[in-house]
Parts: sequence; C-alpha cells; structure tokens
Amino acid sequence: MADTRRQEQTRRLLSLAAGRFANNRWMFGAGAAAVLGLASYAGAPKAPVFCALGFLVFAAFLAPNRPRGQRHAGQTAATDRGRLEGLSARSLAEAVGDPLIVFDRAGTAVHVNQAARSAFNATAPGLSLLMKFRAPEMQSAIERVRTGAVDNEVVDYTERVPIERVYRATVSAIGRGTGLNVVVFKDQSEARRIDRMRADFIANASHELRTPLASISGFVETLRGPARNDAVARDNFLQIMQNQTARMARLIDDLLSLSRLEMKPYLPPGATVDVRQVVESVIDSLAPLARESGVVVERNLGDQPLEARGDRDELFQVFENLLENACKYGQAGGRVVVSVEIAGGPAAEVAVTIRDFGPGIPEEHIPRVTERFYRVDVDNSRAQKGTGLGLAIVKHILTRHNGRLTIWSKPGEGAAFTVHLPAK
Amino acid sequence: MNTHIVRSYDEDLKYLGNRLAAMGGHAERMVDEAVLALVNADAGLARKVIADDLFLDETQREIDDKAIVLIAKRQPMADDLREVVGAIRISADLERVGDLGKNIAKRVVAVTEGRQPLSLFRGLQALAELALNQLKDVLDVYASRSVERLVFMRDRDEQIDLMYTSLFRELLTYMMEDPRNITSCTHLLFCAKNIERIGDHATNIAETVYYVVTGEQMPIDRPKEDKSHKVVLTGEDVG
Repeated sequence: MADTRRQEQTRRLLSLAAGRFANNRWMFGAGAAAVLGLASYAGAPKAPVFCALGFLVFAAFLAPNRPRGQRHAGQTAATDRGRLEGLSARSLAEAVGDPLIVFDRAGTAVHVNQAARSAFNATAPGLSLLMKFRAPEMQSAIERVRTGAVDNEVVDYTERVPIERVYRATVSAIGRGTGLNVVVFKDQSEARRIDRMRADFIANASHELRTPLASISGFVETLRGPARNDAVARDNFLQIMQNQTARMARLIDDLLSLSRLEMKPYLPPGATVDVRQVVESVIDSLAPLARESGVVVERNLGDQPLEARGDRDELFQVFENLLENACKYGQAGGRVVVSVEIAGGPAAEVAVTIRDFGPGIPEEHIPRVTERFYRVDVDNSRAQKGTGLGLAIVKHILTRHNGRLTIWSKPGEGAAFTVHLPAK
Repeated sequence: MNTHIVRSYDEDLKYLGNRLAAMGGHAERMVDEAVLALVNADAGLARKVIADDLFLDETQREIDDKAIVLIAKRQPMADDLREVVGAIRISADLERVGDLGKNIAKRVVAVTEGRQPLSLFRGLQALAELALNQLKDVLDVYASRSVERLVFMRDRDEQIDLMYTSLFRELLTYMMEDPRNITSCTHLLFCAKNIERIGDHATNIAETVYYVVTGEQMPIDRPKEDKSHKVVLTGEDVG
C-alpha cells in the first residue's frame, strides 16, 4: 500500500517537473549556456558553477507553466467570476422579466420576484408553493424536483379564472446540494387567446349575424318578386334593410372590440388614471345622445382627483357603455345621476355609480345581464340599437382591472350600476 | 407557522396542508373539466372526470387517518388543533365538490343527446365560472392566510344564488315550451344545482379557513338561500 502511494507521488512529481521543463526549455537552455560559457571563459571554480546550474534547474521547476497572456486572461476571468458571485441572487431574480419563484426543500417560497408578485397576486415569501399552485401537474413537478427525483421538469400551468392564463413552467434545482429550487413561468396565453378568439368569434358572429342576414335576403326576394312595382313597399323594405345592415355593422364592431380586449395580455401594473376626469370626459362626449333621448345627466363627482390603477381608454369604454345604457333604457326617468366616491374598508376602492330612474331590471335578469347576447327585453334592445355585448365588454374590462360591477335595481324605480376599482 | 421542538410535528402539519392542496387542485380541475365536457358534449373528458374522483376519495381518507393519528400522538393545542380539525373539515368539503363534479360529468351523455340552445350552456358556464372563482379564491386564501380577502366572497355567493335562480327559471321556460326538452333540461337543472352546491361548499371552506387562521367564527349574516323554491311559472311567462 505505502509503496504504491510513494510510487504514485514520484510519478506525479516527475510528470509535473517534465511539464514545467518542457514549458521553460528555452529559458532554461539559455541560462545554462550562459552559466557554462561564463564558467569556461572565466575559468571559475566548479562549485559556484554547479550552484548556479542547480539554481537554474530549481527556478525552471518553480516557474509557472503558463505564458503571461494566458495567466492574465485567467486573472480577469477570476475577477469577473468574483463580481458574478458577489451579485445577490435576489437582484438577479428581480431583473428577470418572467415570474420567478425560488423555493426550498420544503416547498416554501424563499424569494418571489416582482413579475411573480404581480402575476399571481400577493405571493409573499413563506408561502407554500404546493398550496398556491394546485394543478395536479404542477404538484407532481414541484414534488419531484424538491425531493431530488429529477433535476428539472417542464409543465404547462393554466389558470382558468378569473382570466384565462397559460404558462409554461420550468421547475429546476439550483446548483447541486443547495437545497434550493426555482420555478420560472413563461407566459403562453397569447397563442391560446388567438385560438380561442377565432373560435369564439366565428361561433358568435355566425349565430348573431344570421338573423339580420335572413331578413335582408327575404326582403330582396320580395323586392325582385311580388313587390317589384310597388314604390311604397320598396321604400319601406329598403329602409328596413338599411337598419339591418347598420345593426350588422354595429355587431361586428362590438364583436371585434371584445375580441381585441380578450387578445390583450393581462393588464400590466403601474399605469394609473384619474377616474373623475375619465368620467367627466365620458359625460361630455355623450352629451348629444343624452339631449336626443331627453335625459339630464347630473354630476356628483366632487372635486378631488381619484386615482385608480388602470388603462384610460378601456375605462373610458366602461363608463361610456354604462352611461349609454342608462340614457337609452332609463329614458323614461328623464335623469341619470353619475356619482363617484372612495369606499373605505380593508382595500380602498373607487366606486363610480351610474343611476337611472327608468323601469328598472327584473330581479331574475340581474345576475345574467353581463353574459354575451343576453337581453332583458329583446325587442326593446333591438329598438335601441343594442348588440347584447355592451355589458359583456364592461365586465371583461373590469375583470382585467381586478375590479367588479355591482348592479342594484328595483322595478319601477330604476337601476344603478356601480363600478368598483382598486384605488391607487 | 410556528416551529415546534419536535421537527417531525411540523412536517406532519405541513404534510396535511400539502395533501389538502393536492385535493383542492384536483377538485378545481374536475369541476372545470366536467363543465367543459358538458358544453362541448365530450364524453371522453367526462369519463376522465369520473375516474379522477377516486383520487379525491382516497386522499380524503388519508387526510382523515393522518389527522387522527396526529391528534393522538402529538395532542395539538390552540392553532395547531384548529389546523388539524380544519384540515378534516376542508377535505370533507373538497371531497363533496369532487362528487358534485363527477355527477355533472355523469349527466353529459344524457344532456347532449338532444341538442340544446347555446344560450343555456352559456348561463351554466357563467355560473360555473363564478363557483370556480370562489373555490380558487378560498384555496388561495388558505395558502396565503390573508383572511381579509374573504369579505368579498359573501357577495359572490349571493351572485351565485341569484344566477342559479335565473337559470332555474329559464330552464323551466324551455320545458314548458316544448316537452321534448324536458329530459335534457332536467339534467341541466341538476347540473346547475350541483354547481350552486359547489359554491356553498366553497363558502363553507371559507368559514373554516377564517376559523383556522383567526380562532374566531365568521360572523353569520350571510343570506344563505336561493329563491328557486319560490319560482312558479304560469303560461303567460312563456308567451
């Protein structure tokens, strides 16, 4: 045993020496030649010459076996590595744009980056990942990575409600034996949304466009046949046909705007709007409609700006649709009251109420008015040029804003639509 | 969570929580897929949902066993005790949610034999979305322990009840219009009822979570009824 170890040591030492001599062979050769030349020229005694030669051998053996350039490169790499190692994992995680969560062996979140906090709504450190991401595939992936059965695993993670979001999640262990793991989410919702949009659009459009189209083609047939020479009927029919085509155009507009909304990714945090100002401009822009329907719009807006998180254009559309409805369907009441207030409570929110004094909505319809193409009174809705999509659009936008729509109504006393938005 | 001197105590508690989460994920998935199978008339998906229920049943038994053993062995006090009792109750609720989802899946074939108007399914889908949202929020609160978010849930339960009543009325109308609709509409009625029950179970879980986290009972002022028992349709409604 001891013998073999000593042999091994000698072998390693010899190969090291050979390597270093090979590297420094020119320097060593020149040095030795100089010493020998000097010795023979000066006829020096043997002892110092041997000493000098010995020193040369020693120096050649100790000299590092890498050229200077290479050594320099090595040093820079080392300082770079030092800078990278000095970098805190926290700041690295924050810099990543995709949601990223670092968790320990027990499945508890150690660090949650900004993107993950906003995407998954308040996932603080200390949260159990298994409890937050309950989809069976996620469960098994997290379980297998944290117990060390696999090093990494890729799964699809879908959240259906409140807004459909699809992620490709990569769960992987960090380094070896650190006991830490990381899960990174890549947003794939876009592709899914495009698919969904296409299918929905075709289903809705074909269903809703068929009725006006059927009536138009019926009238065309009559005009070419029995009513060919009847001027009064012709005029009448053409008027109806024009109304129908206008309705189809509106329908397509609304369907497109709903589809476009569904296409947009989840609302990024940060942007704020002054709700009061948005409401003011909506009232101004709808003044002609209000005058036309004989409705007085009363403002009860206060004079403080009310900041809420959200997208100005989308919120404009929300209030526009609501006020338009109030003017059209609450026409009988003669007035509409728009009020804005800040509601306290655990989470401060801005509440905008649009109240009309029309016939009101029967109770059994209230929960369903935000469904697509759901109409309380089909004939009245057609007469008012409604498409059955206005409130569906409102609901969709509010869901994206983390907001809510509450509806109060009493038959004969009117209806109040209240938009709740999280305050800034 | 506090740490105990015996580490395996913590681990046991944690294990209970994780199993509950797995149950929750499965239950959410089952309800979602059952409604999807119903809307798309997908018998294959319905069979998968029915098979998935086994997992919930097994896990519920496992949680029960583990919880009983934990109580016997560690004699938990205060919040630990609430945690364990809460786990037993929540797992029972989730198991029921799974059963209700399974029941919807079982009706898929019967409902889709006669093709129903699309609007019926839309209402059902909207109802299911509300219930699922409720379930997801409750389980998220259980994970994050932020009980202040439970307040909004009451409104939502009321919405579910209202929506259910409205659907009930609509389905009755369809039945009165054409007796051939009766078979599938009756099945749909049960599906709607099941979804409404799922919402109720979610509310139950919310109450348990509130109790587990705060140690106090949630104040009882919730309007716990739908009005479908009062719905009477006369011939005039159908028009």
